[in-house]
Amino acid sequence: MGVWPYLAAGWVLLVALYGLVTSRNLVHAIGCLAVAQSSTYLLLLAVGYRDGGTAPVYSDLVPGSRPVVDPVVQALALTDVVVGATVTALLLALTIQLRKRHRTVDPQALAGLKG
Amino acid sequence: MTARARLLLLLAAAAVIAAFFAAACTELPPFGTASHPYGERAVAAALAHRTANVVSSVNFDIRAFDTLGEESMLFGTVLGATLLLRRARDERHHRAEAGRVLPTTRLFGSLLLPVTLVVGVYIVAHGQLSPGGGFQGGVVLATALHLAYVAADHRALRRLRPLTVLDVTDCAAAASFTLVGLATLAAGGAFLQNMLPLGTFNRITSGGTVPLLNAAVGVEVATGLIVLIAHFLDQAVELTDPEEHRKERQ
Repeated sequence: MGVWPYLAAGWVLLVALYGLVTSRNLVHAIGCLAVAQSSTYLLLLAVGYRDGGTAPVYSDLVPGSRPVVDPVVQALALTDVVVGATVTALLLALTIQLRKRHRTVDPQALAGLKG
Repeated sequence: MTARARLLLLLAAAAVIAAFFAAACTELPPFGTASHPYGERAVAAALAHRTANVVSSVNFDIRAFDTLGEESMLFGTVLGATLLLRRARDERHHRAEAGRVLPTTRLFGSLLLPVTLVVGVYIVAHGQLSPGGGFQGGVVLATALHLAYVAADHRALRRLRPLTVLDVTDCAAAASFTLVGLATLAAGGAFLQNMLPLGTFNRITSGGTVPLLNAAVGVEVATGLIVLIAHFLDQAVELTDPEEHRKERQ
């Protein structure tokens, strides 16, 4: 497998950046940001994978009987998911207010300042 | 900036990112490597604290202080969304109308709601033993309540969720995480050190402070999400647009 899983994470990030730059709708842009974030899940879990490894949960596994994948990066991925959810919630709330005040959700139409 | 110029700028930046990222990837340990020094130490630490789910042990024991920050961030988001989605001066509040629901949808919701609630509590309570924990179980609990919205309507959901009580519960749950930390300080340990009796491995009472912190986070995530979704639903269902108001009056 080599480096392909890492490169796949980078590819997902670049696709998300393309979506963000060409976006004509803020809800779509927030979706692209979520995709960009999911590339970090992919990278974290790829770093933690071990060949033939199983989940690091010992409720039905005798310690030492099988290799397990890295639990530290899995915990980091959980933190990552929480960060993603909170950022998405706040951005969607901002989009709702933007739609109310400027009557548009197209970022390219939001050129002028308004007090 | 025109769309074309923006795309060209992106292509240039993406080429740089792709080149450096690919170069960095070749220096990383190969995918599936057998050497995970941090992972092996985390597994040993979790087993020493008799916590079967190593991921929970990392989150609520080894990195408990980081999880306090994570939980505070979630609390801050609920506060921020409450502030952003408050009713503006020119908006009107109106009662949501009763919606028509298919009888099969109603049956599905009323059967699934209690089952989902039990699953949510199970996932929170068994966070130290099996995959899951406070964050995951809290989301399931919040989903359970919103089955009432799917199966009935917004008014049924309003009756099921006393927002004031949930607001206070959210604050109390967020504070209780810090209180556990202060209690360990008062008992002579480090902040959020796992000082409770560790119990028997693979039992629900094992893991010391892990189940306690799991429960605090579970309640906080569930109530926080319900409050968050309530504000979004209010925007969609109960608030009228000021523009439409003006049109109606004219």
